[in-house]
Order: sequence, then C-alpha cells, then structure tokens
Amino acid sequence: MSPESLILGALALPLAGAVLIGVTGRGSANLREAMTLLTAGGLIYCVWSLLPFVNAGERPALALIEVLPGIELAFRVEPLGMMFAALASGLWLINSIYSIGYMRGNREQNQTRFYVMFAISLAATMGIAFAANLFTLFIFYEMLTLGTYPLVAHKGDPKTVRSARVYLGVLISASIGLLLPAIIWVYAATGTGNFTPGGILRGHVEGPAIGLLLGLFVFGAAKAAVMPVHRWLPAAMVAPTPVSALLHAVAVVKAGVFTITKVIVYVFGVDFLFSEPSSGWLLYAAAFTIIAASVVALRQQNLKRLLAYSTVAQLSYVVMAAAILKPLAEVGAAIHMLAHAFGKITLFFAAGAIYTASKKTELRQMRGIGRRMPITMTAFTIGALSMVGVPPTAGFVSKWYILAGAFQADNYVALGTIIASTALNAAYFLPIIYMAWFAKDQTPPGKEHGEAPFAAVLALVLTAALTIGFFLYNAPAYELEAQLVRGQP
Amino acid sequence: MAWAAATAASAASFAIAVQLTAGVLGGQEYRYALGGWPAPYGIELLVDSFSALLLLIATGASTLALLAGKASLEGEIELRRQPLFYSAWLLALAGFAGILVAADAFNIFVFMEISSLSSYVLVAGGPDRRALPAVFKYLLMGTIGATFYLIGVGLVYMMTGTLNLADMELRIHEVADQKPILVAAGFITVGLALKAALFPLHVWLPNAYTYAPHAVSAFFAACATKVALYVLLRFDFVVFQQNLTGHDQQFAAYLMPLAVLAILFGSAVALFESNLKRLLAYSSVAQIGYILLGASLVTIGGLSASLLHMFNHALAKGALFLAVMAIAMRYSRLDLQHLAGAAKRMPWTLSALVVAGLSLIGVPGTAGFISKWYLVTAALDEGALGIALVAVIVVGSLMAVVYIWRIVEAAWFEPADDSATGPAGTIREAPVAMLAIVWLAALANIYFGLATDLPRELATRAAISLLGHLP
Repeated sequence: MSPESLILGALALPLAGAVLIGVTGRGSANLREAMTLLTAGGLIYCVWSLLPFVNAGERPALALIEVLPGIELAFRVEPLGMMFAALASGLWLINSIYSIGYMRGNREQNQTRFYVMFAISLAATMGIAFAANLFTLFIFYEMLTLGTYPLVAHKGDPKTVRSARVYLGVLISASIGLLLPAIIWVYAATGTGNFTPGGILRGHVEGPAIGLLLGLFVFGAAKAAVMPVHRWLPAAMVAPTPVSALLHAVAVVKAGVFTITKVIVYVFGVDFLFSEPSSGWLLYAAAFTIIAASVVALRQQNLKRLLAYSTVAQLSYVVMAAAILKPLAEVGAAIHMLAHAFGKITLFFAAGAIYTASKKTELRQMRGIGRRMPITMTAFTIGALSMVGVPPTAGFVSKWYILAGAFQADNYVALGTIIASTALNAAYFLPIIYMAWFAKDQTPPGKEHGEAPFAAVLALVLTAALTIGFFLYNAPAYELEAQLVRGQP
Repeated sequence: MAWAAATAASAASFAIAVQLTAGVLGGQEYRYALGGWPAPYGIELLVDSFSALLLLIATGASTLALLAGKASLEGEIELRRQPLFYSAWLLALAGFAGILVAADAFNIFVFMEISSLSSYVLVAGGPDRRALPAVFKYLLMGTIGATFYLIGVGLVYMMTGTLNLADMELRIHEVADQKPILVAAGFITVGLALKAALFPLHVWLPNAYTYAPHAVSAFFAACATKVALYVLLRFDFVVFQQNLTGHDQQFAAYLMPLAVLAILFGSAVALFESNLKRLLAYSSVAQIGYILLGASLVTIGGLSASLLHMFNHALAKGALFLAVMAIAMRYSRLDLQHLAGAAKRMPWTLSALVVAGLSLIGVPGTAGFISKWYLVTAALDEGALGIALVAVIVVGSLMAVVYIWRIVEAAWFEPADDSATGPAGTIREAPVAMLAIVWLAALANIYFGLATDLPRELATRAAISLLGHLP
C-alpha cells in the first residue's frame, strides 16, 4: 500500500472498528471482542508499515481539506509522531487482551460503550501523532478529551461522575482557554501552523512574548500534567484499570508531552528557544513538578493514586528533557515517552490484576501478595525498577540520554533533579516491593485468591518483557529519533 | 394539506435563495424596479451578498423547521386552526424575506411589521398558556422598536426627501451632522437593537422562545434576530458611516461594551437555567453579543467574522432547537432534571444535540469554530484592547462548555427517573422523519466546519461591500 493510504487507514480503521464493535456488541460479546482485536491488529499493520518510509528519511504526507486559507486538515509522519503512533497502536493490542480479562473478570456494565470509546480514543491518538499542523493537532486533541470522558465516568456513580467532571473541566478549560489562543497567536503571527524542522517563529515573535507563548502551550496542553494543571490525572483514576493503563499512562498523557515536545522542536525550534532567555522558566517548572509529585506520591495510600502521581513526575521528565534544549536531551525526551510507557502500563496492569483477583486497592493490603500472585508481582517489580531507572530496564536507557543531554548543556538543575527524584522513586516503590514479597500475608480467611484471569496475566507478562527487552535492544528507537536533531551539534 | 402547501412554498423560496446565492457568487447583483419605476422614485428590490447570506438562513431555517416539525405542530396546534397557523408562518417568512430584499427604508418597515405581527401569532399559537404574557411583552417591545425605527426613518426623510437607502446615502451628505440626522441615527440604532434583542434590550426573547411552539422556536432562533441585525448593520454602515463624523467610533463605543456584556451576561444566566429552551434562549442572547462584537470592531476582518457568525450560529442554534423539538415529542417537560437518562431512550436525538452543542461552543471541526477563529483573529489586530476581547470570547466559550455539558450530564449520566416520565419503555426515539432532519441540521454544522468556502465567500464579500462605504 502507498504511504498515503496507510495514513488514512491508521485514522479510519479505529473509527470503522468503533462502528463494528457497536454493531456486534448487541449480539455476541465474543464477536465484539474479536472485532476489537482485529481492529487493533489492522492498526498495527497500517502504522508499522509506515516505519520503513520514515527510517529511510521520507516524510509521508496526506492533506485532506483546506478549512480556511492556510489552515488545513493535513497529516505528515515524522519521527516523533511515528514513534508515538507505533507505541500506542502496539500497546492497544496488548491492552485489549488485558481489557477482555479485566472487564469480564469484574463483570463491568456497558462493555460495548467501553470498547467503542476506546477505539475512538485510539483514532484520536493517531490523529495527534500524525498531525501536520497545530490546527489538526488541536482537533484530535479535543476529540481525545471528549472520547475518554465516558471511559473515565464509566462506573456512573456520583463519586465517579464528580471526578470525571474534574477531568473534563481541567482538560477542556486549559485547552480552550490557553492552548487554542496560543495556536491562534502562532497562526496570526506567522500565517502558518505547519510543523517545520527548525521552527517557524523566528523573526515573528521575540523577547518576553516567547516565554508567554511557551507558557500558554505548556499549561494549555494540560494532558502533560505540569503542575498546577495536573489535578485531572489523579481524578482520572476512577476509571477502569485498562483505561488508566493505556490512556492515562500512555495515549492521553503522552499526547500532552508529545504536543509540548513537538511544539518545542517544530514550532519554536530548539536553537531559537535556547537563545531566548525568557523560555528558561520551563525547566524549573518541570523540575518542580518532578520533585513535588514524587513527594506527594510518597504519601499515597491507594496504589492507583500513587501510580498517577508517579506518572505526573515521569511526564515532567519528558518536559524537562525537552526544555534542556540540547540534541541528546531531545532524543532522551522522545525515548523516555517509550520507556515510561512500557514500565507504567505494566504497573497499571499489575494493579488491575490485583484488583480483579482480590479487590485490593490500598497499599497496606499488599502484604505478602507476592506469594499469592508471583507472576503479577514479578512484572510489578520490573515496572517499578524501570520507574527508578535501574538496569536492566527501559527506564535506564532514557535516563542515560537525558543525563547525557544535561551534561551537554552543563545543566546542573536538571542533573540534581534527576538524582533527587531517582532517590524519591526508590523511596516509594521499594517498600511496596518489600512488603509484597517479604511481609507476612494478612489476607483474611475466606478471601483467598490466586492470579488474575489468564488474559490479564498474559498482557502484563508481555509488557514486562518489553520493559526488559527495550533495555537490551533499543537501537531502532534511537536511530529513528536521532533524525529529529540530525544536522545539529 | 396546509402543512404541505406551507412546506412547498417555503422550500420553493429556499430554492430561489440558493439560485440567487449562486448568481451573487458569480459576481452579480440583482436589482428589480417594481412596476418599472426607476430607483429613487419607485420601489427597488436588491439582492447582494449580504442579503443572499441572510436569505439562505431565513428560508433554510423555515424549510427545515417545517419539514421536521410536522408531527410536533400537529400535536400542538388544534386541527381547525392549523391552516391559519401555517398562513401566519408563511407571512412571517415573507416578512423576513421582504426585509432582506427591500432596498428602501419604508418598505423595510412595512415588511418588519408583517413579520412581527405574524410572529406574535406564531409564538402565541401553542397550547402553553404562559405564551400569552410572553407574547404580550414581545409585542410591547417589538412595537416600541418598530416605532423608534419609524421615527428615525421619518426624520431622515424629512431632511433628505428620499427613502431609497442608496439615494439616502448620497443625499444625507448635504445635511450631515445636523441634529435631526444624529437623533435619527440614535432612534434607528436603538429601535433595531431592541428587535435584535441586544443586551439589555433582550428581555422579550427568553420567554418568547421558551413558550412558543417548538418548531417556531427553531425557526425564529435561527433567523429572527439576525434579520433585525441585518437592517441595523445596513443603516449603520451604509447610510450613516460615511456621513456622520466619527460615527464609526461612536458605533463601536456604544455597541462594544454592550456586546461584551451580552456575551458574559447571557452565558452566565444560561449556566444556571434549568429549562432547556430557556437555557438555549439565553445562549442566543450571548451569541448576538459575538455577532455585534465583530461588527463593533469596524474592520473588514471583524465584520466578516460577524456575518460569518450569523450563518454559523443559525446552523448551530437551529439544529439545537430542532433536537429540542424532537425531545419534546416524548418528554412533556423540558427541565433538565426531567431529562435525566434521556440519552438511554433517545440516543440519536441527544447525540445530534451534542454535535450542534459542540458547534455552539466552537470546537474545531464544527462551523462554530470557524467564526470564532475569524473573530479572535480580527480582535488580535486591535492590540491591547484585542487581547481583552479575546479573553472575553474565551470566557464566553468556556461558559458555553459548561452549559452544554449540563445537558450532556443530565441526559447521559443521571439515572432515569421513572416516576417523572412514566414507566421505562414508554419513551422511544423520536419519529424517523423528524430525526432525519435533525441529523441533517447537525451534520450541516460539521460540513460547514470543514468546507467553509460558501459562507466565508459571502461574508467576506458582504463585509467588503459594507465597509466600502467608509471614507
């Protein structure tokens, strides 16, 4: 197939899948699940077939319609988006296997709506990844917010709906109130919003205005959860765990940091931003978020909320890496999106598996659980070590590049933050691991349990294997992302 | 039978409007001298891009409302009064169309009276007794507005001796800046602002829309106030702008604060309104603010944004009220609390309502986004003031998010209250014929959010021709 039809396929397939899932959902649940897996498989085919083109230095593009003069609905596949799309589509398949085990294991209501909205959210994610300009990006960014809302509010009880309202309120107000004005500002100043290597703002916006514009972008893309617009992420934890795993550890949150990275690389331009002192605050904001979120995570009692705050911190790693504004750090930012995704989805899978098997959600209930659920807790341990950044896990690889970038810039703030947060990460993950394996089991009699359903266990084994595998073999990812900064010192 | 005749007449006028639009886009201007009398003496009809834009809105809204509204109107209007009701409907449409094609001030007044009188009949035509006080208020304020307009026109006629707008524009030059002309400008602007329901002269609108038959609400919400705005802009830009010193600044200085207040006040009231129709009516008050905000910038960009928003808001609000009509087929009360769980029973209707709601908010990919984009771009050209205006637009849009979301939350996430609506299963989806039209209107919002050429071209041309009269 031609690259154009592959792009179109990647966007249309999940939408078509959503319709098929909706139609088959009335009849047979098995058929519906087959549709989900089939769509996910097809999506992987479309997205991964684009990889050779991008590796060869091509930039497949597809323009749909010109909405206003200069404002197009258009797509263009470049390394950063390629990686994001490949990541999201690949994990969707694994996550779908997991969802089947989780949703059936917990006898959740409205399962058809769940799978339909999931497919729509994936379509939106593909649109974000492949967007060729700010306008297209924004359309799919909003579509992702709206598409995930029913997933967050899935349970439908008053407490869940209240949390879902926070989720929607923060994301929508930030995007319409800050991100959209920033986008219109860029279009008004430059006449274009196309993502162009080297940036488009040079000569159009200067001085303190750059810092302000950057602020509008960073806080407008609230999905990146830079403090103080992070409140929606812990609120989103009321969703079923597969949603937290794929969307709130991978697709949605990465859409936020992806937007920020993409804007820094392709709209501002790394060199231009480096030469503008007014952009310096971003590094400190990200560093503050990393430390503050880690401290908050230390004090959490609920496993999923702890993971949420850990995500807030890890996202700001990406933002901070991008804000170092040195080539290696940009590569590190891109690779950390990947590395964090593998580790964090494993952790969420494990949390969901524990809940499905035993209905345990609080940290103190985890004592001795390693002996009841050895596979799950092994995977959990691998994921946690990846968060801390210990070899041989994926987290080590990306930290390596970010540190290398920080040295390139002699940026001691970034160095210090990474060291401090590594210690904090260890401080909140290691006790859980210790408790799980070595403390005495206190499960009340009559509530004995083993592992979660097979589908769930299979999924978390796969992602744990990916976490280790990425440490051993990550050259393709580096090669791909090195294109981002090729030709720069 | 009566319905079929009315719909056929309305559809025919829509077809004519489409044809006129095609001609106008081809660069033509239609002029017709009634009875063969040449312009300043005889009655002239004129269709340019501005009139064509509004003609499309008015005839389109009427046709869609009639097509979708058959079942709803049959339920609301007694059988023996139906023929009269449909006649009144066509009279209102004729009045609107007449205002849009008339090229002289007095005939505009005549058509305005025709449309107003028949509007009173239409609004009062439903079974809801509360419509009577609403229509009385509407009648009082509408009459004051029309009278003010007539006083203004009379003064201008006294000074210039002509009623033809184009002729007036030339002759007023000789008597420019004299007291009677200034007074006339005031009377005309205020009178039309009353008819257009500009804050704080909007008080007749919410109740009139709320208690009117549902199909009538859809028709009027899409076009009634916009026709008055059309006359307002025609007078202020064509007749007065060039001839009164500093009129552009005065126009902006009076209307901009009111437009800002309309946006903030209308949206804020809609936030707390619990009746669905009244909520949308207050949102209309806010949207009229957006339209006038663009015009009050007195630039090509601002005016195009304003005209474009007339078109796009008509699409969004028309579709919303059509969806409300479909809901009203099954729910006797339109309070949000009674609509709890409605989406489970009428998923298609409610989904169409959400699509139209997104357009009202201005989400990208919908028609509403295009006009807001233009509005923000135009405002940004104004420097510091522009940034403040952008803030107002953003705040207004965020409030729109909230009030649309209240509907979504009630319909989707509140458990259905069976005691209020009868046992489950009695409420089904709206009739298919109605649903098809509702979705047609909703999808038009998406279509015109992506393929923007037609309204953009008309609006830009109209703005250029209106501002062409500036010195």
